[in-house]
Amino acid sequence: MLTSGIFVSSELFSHLWQSVLPTYISNTLILAVLVVFIALLFGVPCAIIISQTNVVGRRYLRWLLMLPLAMPAYLVAYLYTDLFDYAGPVQRALRAYFQWQSPSDYWFFDIRTITGAAIMLALVLFPYVYMLVRTAFECQDQQLLRASRSLGYSFSKSFIKVALPLARPAIAIAASLVLMETLADFATVQYFAVNTLTTAIYDTWLEYGDLSTANALASILMLFVLFAVVAEQKARAGHRHQSNRPNNHIQLRQLSTGQHLLFAGYCWLLVLAGFVIPCLLLVQMAIDYATLTQLQQLLSSGLNSVKVSVFTATITTLIALLLVLFNRLHSHTWRKYPLQISGVGYAIPGTVLAMAMLATFGPLDHWLNDLAKALSFSGPGLLLSGSIFAIVFALVVRFAAIANGTIQSGVEQIPASLDIAPASLGVGLGRSLLKVHLPILKSSIFVAWLLVFVEAMKELPAVLLLRPFNFDTLSTQIYQLISDEQLERGALGALLIVLFGLLPIIYLNKRE
Amino acid sequence: MLNTSLLKKIVLTCLLLPSIVAQAAEVNVYSYRQPFLVKPLFDVFSKETGIKVNVVFAKKGMAERLKREGEYSPADVLLTTDISRLVELQANQLLQPVESAVIEQAVPAQFQATDNTWFALTTRVRNIYSAKRLGEVALNYEDLADPKYKGRVCTRSGKHPYNVALVASMIAEHGEEETLQWLKGLKANLARKPQGSDRGQVQAIHQNLCDLSLGNSYYFGKMLKDNKQKVWADAVNINFPNQNNRGAHVNISGVAMAKYAPNKDNALKLMEFLVSAKAQQMYAETNMEYPVRVGVPVSALVASWGTFKADELSLAEIAKHRKAAIKLIDQAKFDL
Repeated sequence: MLTSGIFVSSELFSHLWQSVLPTYISNTLILAVLVVFIALLFGVPCAIIISQTNVVGRRYLRWLLMLPLAMPAYLVAYLYTDLFDYAGPVQRALRAYFQWQSPSDYWFFDIRTITGAAIMLALVLFPYVYMLVRTAFECQDQQLLRASRSLGYSFSKSFIKVALPLARPAIAIAASLVLMETLADFATVQYFAVNTLTTAIYDTWLEYGDLSTANALASILMLFVLFAVVAEQKARAGHRHQSNRPNNHIQLRQLSTGQHLLFAGYCWLLVLAGFVIPCLLLVQMAIDYATLTQLQQLLSSGLNSVKVSVFTATITTLIALLLVLFNRLHSHTWRKYPLQISGVGYAIPGTVLAMAMLATFGPLDHWLNDLAKALSFSGPGLLLSGSIFAIVFALVVRFAAIANGTIQSGVEQIPASLDIAPASLGVGLGRSLLKVHLPILKSSIFVAWLLVFVEAMKELPAVLLLRPFNFDTLSTQIYQLISDEQLERGALGALLIVLFGLLPIIYLNKRE
Repeated sequence: MLNTSLLKKIVLTCLLLPSIVAQAAEVNVYSYRQPFLVKPLFDVFSKETGIKVNVVFAKKGMAERLKREGEYSPADVLLTTDISRLVELQANQLLQPVESAVIEQAVPAQFQATDNTWFALTTRVRNIYSAKRLGEVALNYEDLADPKYKGRVCTRSGKHPYNVALVASMIAEHGEEETLQWLKGLKANLARKPQGSDRGQVQAIHQNLCDLSLGNSYYFGKMLKDNKQKVWADAVNINFPNQNNRGAHVNISGVAMAKYAPNKDNALKLMEFLVSAKAQQMYAETNMEYPVRVGVPVSALVASWGTFKADELSLAEIAKHRKAAIKLIDQAKFDL
């Protein structure tokens, strides 16, 4: 697809280039930079506060700060627009209090802007930054810090000069994760009328009906993605000075009362804004609008969501397990490539992935049917591209990196001696994997499964483009309702997505 | 004699039986129309005929999908929400002509393709909604670009098919150059970037963000029947534009049979059902659209909006200017 994109020279492309494309590209860039910046601004301070200080409520905030991950960005965007719009409760209350009559009487920020979209995305993506950076701090070699302090650095100075630079790789990885998620976002930017490359691809393909130009746009988008991937790889290369296990002997900074209030307040603000408030709004809507017919619809689309997510999670986890173990147990120089290649999918937006699926399985289906015809059987129909197979395949490609990463980090905890020990006792490889490695990995495998399950549940654009007959998932149903300004009717379904999203967070928290 | 006729019947039954069994009674629909709009119609159809209706809803991309699926496409019946998409399907040779006396009789000639590849089911007006605070106004689409409404106009994306069709009708009336100027003037009048749905614009008028908006007729009825949205609709008047000249722009929702429809008979049955008096009445009552079938009355609510003069420009003419319209919208940077 990339190659076909580069060589396109259609008339439409030049028309787009002269009219709207530069804005699409600059919007994409501005949005990406803003989201990364704001997510770091939200996430890094939280990571520092939780890992380095004895802030009040630390035990709870530690996992509460992960909750916004369960919220799809498009939901948060819709809910906050409702809240902060001119007719929303916030502005209404302000008007009533200050006796303002019309919009010209006062200034209020406009949420449906590129900055608004960036804040919404950052609100649900910052937990990635928080989790990765916090873990980095907690796993840091404390001796380095102690050494710096014994050489005369103060607490804060040793943190800034030693701990922060050591966490740089984690910050970079988190930033690239946030960047990829932003580039892949479709529903939020569309709702806020921010035209980005992702929405442009969708439009060009389906509105102008021009696949080759859509491919060209996709290649431009993939250049951005490539940048994120390279940045991440570079950052990972610097991943050192870090033990694998969390360090329990971190010396926590004792805060004054004022600092307690300030730091805890900052964390709570993010928890409230990223999770509690949107959740309460949804509950309110569900109470006001829920009906029996909705419940029936919910059941069928909920089942579809679960079906797709279970398939995706199971297949992704199995493949990840195979690849990771293959990487571990083989000594060829090329052993790591399958793992790396399979991880690239995470950076591909769902829209582009859907196009790739159709381009691959469409012809394959035709070939199958032609073959069946030639053998005078009745054809199987669109077995691959016209069924949930294509959806699951796309999602497996998209979320492989999550499972790979989770299981890989689990494998790294297994001492190398355990690879050899069973063999020295005359136990075969298969048996040793089954009896030694898998039990140790059980928890990582489960976490990987859960994370993929939840992401698959939230995914929208790929499912939207690939779904077969009579097939709606929770996310497509909600998207449809949001486009008609009628989320109220989908509030129950939205809550269900959020509830599922909480599962891995609860489990991860329990495991700790 | 008796024997041969009986024999014939038996042979015929034997011949037909497998094909009936193989054709598990169903029909596959690709629909641009939303589930809640067409589902009640399909339910009645299934109940009457025993034919199961399978639906896939899409917002965009039906032609692309059909092209790709080619002769193995499972689609039988295609439902669209505007004329350009029907013509796009027709132009890409994704449709087959349907010869049916029932449909011929129900759908007036101006609302069907000359080659019988597509048929309109309902018509809808592209209205201009105006804030009640403006009082009674006689508006033309051209007025939306009048500087006196600077900062007071709202609309959904220019690229939405309903707006594209309107722009295409402007091209047919005024030519490309003048239409581009109109688009630029309209853009300069916008209170905010094009966004949201037709209902969202009425909400914006209710919020006093703007005074005028473009919107299809039936949304007005839909909003009046929605608890939350009724206050939005109560803040506006519905206007039929260009009543003193060419008339209001009218678009259609329509139906067609896919070229490679595997369940052709059932598809025909569904199409004939959709133009029947019963289905047309449901369109009128529950969707608040204008039924194409002559003699089926509009709903009381729609009737209360009054009669209007429709632009007599042919549907084919509108569809012809579709691509040019999209390009002009980009050129005016309408959505940016």
